[in-house]
This record gives sequence, C-alpha cells and structure tokens, in this order.
Amino acid sequence: MNRRPWVLGGIAGGVFVFLYAPIAWLAVVSFNDSRSLSRITGFSIRWYAELFDDSRVLESLGLTLRLAVTSAVVSTVIGTLAAFGLRRAFPGRGLWTVLLSLPLVVPEVVLGVALLGFCVKLAGIPLGFGALLAAHVAFSLSFVVVVVRARVAGVDHRLEEAAADLGAGPWVAFRTVTLPLVAPAVAAGAAFAFLLSFDDVVTSSYLTGVGSTTLPVFVYAQAGKRGVSPEIVALSTLMVAVSAALLVAGVMLASRRARASTFVESIRDQ
Amino acid sequence: MLPSRRRWLVATGLLAPTGLWLGIFLIAPLALVVQFSFATRDTGVARAVLPWTTQAYLTALDPAFLPIFGRTLAYAGATTGLCLLLGFPLAWFIARHGGKYRTVLLAAVLVPFWSSYLARIYAWKALLDGEGLVNRLLGLIGLDRDGGFLLTDGAVVLGLTYGFLPFMVLPLYVACERFDHRLVEASYDLGHGRVSTFVKVVLPGVLPGVLAGSLLVLVPAAGDFVTPRLLGGVDQSTFGSVIDDQFRGGNNWPLGSAMAVLLLVLVVVVLVLRGRRGEDVL
Repeated sequence: MNRRPWVLGGIAGGVFVFLYAPIAWLAVVSFNDSRSLSRITGFSIRWYAELFDDSRVLESLGLTLRLAVTSAVVSTVIGTLAAFGLRRAFPGRGLWTVLLSLPLVVPEVVLGVALLGFCVKLAGIPLGFGALLAAHVAFSLSFVVVVVRARVAGVDHRLEEAAADLGAGPWVAFRTVTLPLVAPAVAAGAAFAFLLSFDDVVTSSYLTGVGSTTLPVFVYAQAGKRGVSPEIVALSTLMVAVSAALLVAGVMLASRRARASTFVESIRDQ
Repeated sequence: MLPSRRRWLVATGLLAPTGLWLGIFLIAPLALVVQFSFATRDTGVARAVLPWTTQAYLTALDPAFLPIFGRTLAYAGATTGLCLLLGFPLAWFIARHGGKYRTVLLAAVLVPFWSSYLARIYAWKALLDGEGLVNRLLGLIGLDRDGGFLLTDGAVVLGLTYGFLPFMVLPLYVACERFDHRLVEASYDLGHGRVSTFVKVVLPGVLPGVLAGSLLVLVPAAGDFVTPRLLGGVDQSTFGSVIDDQFRGGNNWPLGSAMAVLLLVLVVVVLVLRGRRGEDVL
C-alpha cells in the first residue's frame, strides 16, 4: 500500500488543487477591469479603491475586528482554564466533556435562532455587540479547549515536580514551567477563536443590531440584493489574505517555539 | 479535606467560567427553543405565546415537508461520503508519507478553511457559471453544459464538500497517525490481499476518525442554508433554510423551533449511534 505513494500523492495533490482553485480565482478576478466574475478583460485596482471609499464597509470591518479580538481573548482565557480543569480525572469529568463537545455538533442555524430568542424574549440583551460576543465565545470555546487540552495532556509532570523540588512554589512552577510548554497551543487556540469569529455568517446574521453589522453578514446581505459585486470580491480577497497571513504567522510562531523547546530539551538531555 | 474532594473542587473551579458561559448562552437558549416549539404562534411582537400545543410538530411533520427533509439528508449524506472519499487518501498520505513536512501539509489544508466562507462560495459561483472556468475547461473535452453547473444539486454538494472537508481531514489524520502500520505488513504476510487488508485491518483501525469526521461534517452540512441558497436551483429549501425562514422576520417561531428541535434530535441520534468509539479523536 505504501509502496506506491505516488498514486496516493496524486490524489492528495488533486485535493489540494480542489482546495486552492477558488481562492486563486478570487485573487485573479479582484484585479479584473470589468464587473464580470468569469471573463477577464484587463488589469485594474479600481475595485480595491472603491472598497476603501465605502464607509459602511470600513465601519463593519472595525466592529468585526473588535468583536473577533474580544471573543478570542475571552474564549482563550476561560477555555485554557477549562483545559487545565480537565487535566486529571475527577467525578463528573465525562459530563463536562459532553458539555464541551456540544457546541461542535449544534448546527449554527439552531444556535443562532436559539440565542435570538434568548436575547429578545428572555434576557433582554439588545442585539449587537453583546449578543454577538455571547454567541462567538460559545462556539469558539470548544475549539480552544480541544487544542489546549491535547497539549496539556502532553506536559511531562516530572518537569513540574522537578521545579517543586528545586523550591518553586505552585504559582512559580506554573508560570515558569507549565505555561511556556502549553503556550503554543494557547496561541493556536486564540488564532482559531479569532478566525472563527472573524468569518462567521450564519449565527451572526440573527444577532446583528441596527448599525452594528459584522463584515461577513454585510457581504451576505449585499450579495443577496444585487448579486456579487467586484468590490465584494476584492474585499473577499483581502479577507483571504488576512486569514492566510494570520495562519502562516501562527504556524511560524508555533514551529519557532517548538524548535526553541527542542533546543531546551537537547540541553537538558546533555 | 480528602485529596479527591480537593481535586474535584479545583477542577470544578477551573471549569466554572466555561460552564457558566455555555450554561447561559447555549443550554438556556436551547431549552428556550424547546419551550417555543410547544407554544402557539403569535404574529405580533410576542412571536410565541401560551397555550401550549403540539401544533408546530404536526405542521413540521406534515408530508408537505417530506421532500425538504429528504433533500437535506441527501445533501448532507452525499457531502459526508464525498468528504470521506477525498479526505481519507489525503489524511493517509500526510500521516504516512508527509515526513517532516506533515505539519506544513496539514496547515496547508487549513489555510483555505480559514479564508472567508462567503468568499469561497462566491468563487465557486463564478467558476461553475456558464461562462466560468470549469465549464470552459470541460468544453475542451466536450463535456460542457449549457448554462454551466450552477443551480444544480451537484453544485450544492460540491460547495458543501469544499466548506466542510477540513472537519473530515483533521480527525482522520489523527486516526491515521495513530494507526500502527505494522498491522498492514502482518496482514500481507498472513496472505490477505489489498482489498481485504483495507476492509479488515485499516478500516477498523481508523474507524474512530471516520466516525468523528463524519459527525463533524454531517451536522453542519444538514444545518447549512447559505450554500444551498447561493449554489442551488430554484427549489433548494433545506432544513436550515426552512428554520431560517420561520425566524427571519418573525414568520413562525414555534414552527421554526420545532424544526430546530427535530434537527437536534437527529444530532443526538447520530451521537448515540456513534457511541463512545469516536470520542478519543474528537
């Protein structure tokens, strides 16, 4: 089976083409001269220029960024605490695991309408930033916990015991030994949470208030009214570029940290 | 204080903020949806009022909605199958042959995933259009189609597969990486061929990943309404879009709630069927 990896490799390559083709097309069309999305007529950056003249787009971009950062901070902090809480067995851990996997399997449309009903009828939370934050943290938390928990499980507790033997109190041991070891996973969890929030359409579309529309919801509404405009393609290309840049930065950060920790380990082993 | 009790207190304390957040902003709203589903429709601002009734469920289970349920399950099922077909070779390749580039290859699968969901759907719209690249390329070998492939069931399944493929690849990758490849050698040595080795050795070995991935694709694919709306034809109502119609503009909250509850019941059924086997991968 593994004696002919080029067959498998070919299939894998094909899947990568499938994954990247539409993104490449978006980037090409965003520099197109005409309004058509399927016929290339010439090079132009006019759609980018028009995009940055549109104050409504810039306003919703600002809201989206503020929301994504807040959601990432909140879900990373409380999700990391939860991941540490699940580290050792205790009565009720199974139930917590079920609760934490729930947001992964509740369809977005159900979460959206449920929170809409909750905010409007029960809690009296005005639609807008607060309601959006409640939803975004709710569906980001599970991802943070899954990512951080895997790393926490891999921490060698003998390192922490060694720190304690060398006179470090629990807090110092945690800050100087445990936290640096799990930091890459915490960073990855934060990046996940940021991008989940930054890109959400379905759930957010129920919870935006007057004058507080997130960018993806704005794009969806615009496209529904007059089809896909080239400014939206330019905007989408920018969003792809930002998302990809953040991910690449995250991967580089994680691998540099990993290299640093391998370096530390190699010194320790000597 | 007993050590076990102390450990319980510490763990519960650490989990409390998450528990509170999910309790207030996930469990309570879902409970409210269950309550709405038994309420009476109100066309005013109240949306759903007493008396309690099962009318919404009777409407939701009306045979008129049957084609919509069928279409939703067909879309979600086909998407899950296609994700498995594409995702398994990819996950196996990265896990077995990725070498030191494994992390990079896996990240490369995720880059498009983190790009804007709407951007990807619009790109497919342009590519599948009558004048789009796909149709013109197929035209070179005489397989093009008048008007392109937009507004077909195939386009919807393609869009859903594209959107949810990484959810399949990640758990499959974890399962493939954990799979002990010496079992395959042993199976060959014992005289099994390729097919029977795959069916009897590889498949049971990666089953947790298959189950976890299928769940993570099936559920969001069944609830999605944006993809069918943008890529599908005239009659592309799905479970998700019917729920959406009932809530957007306050059309009929009890009916929308009843359908949301039915969708949640479907999720629970799948979870129970899966049992505990997929848990260690998710």
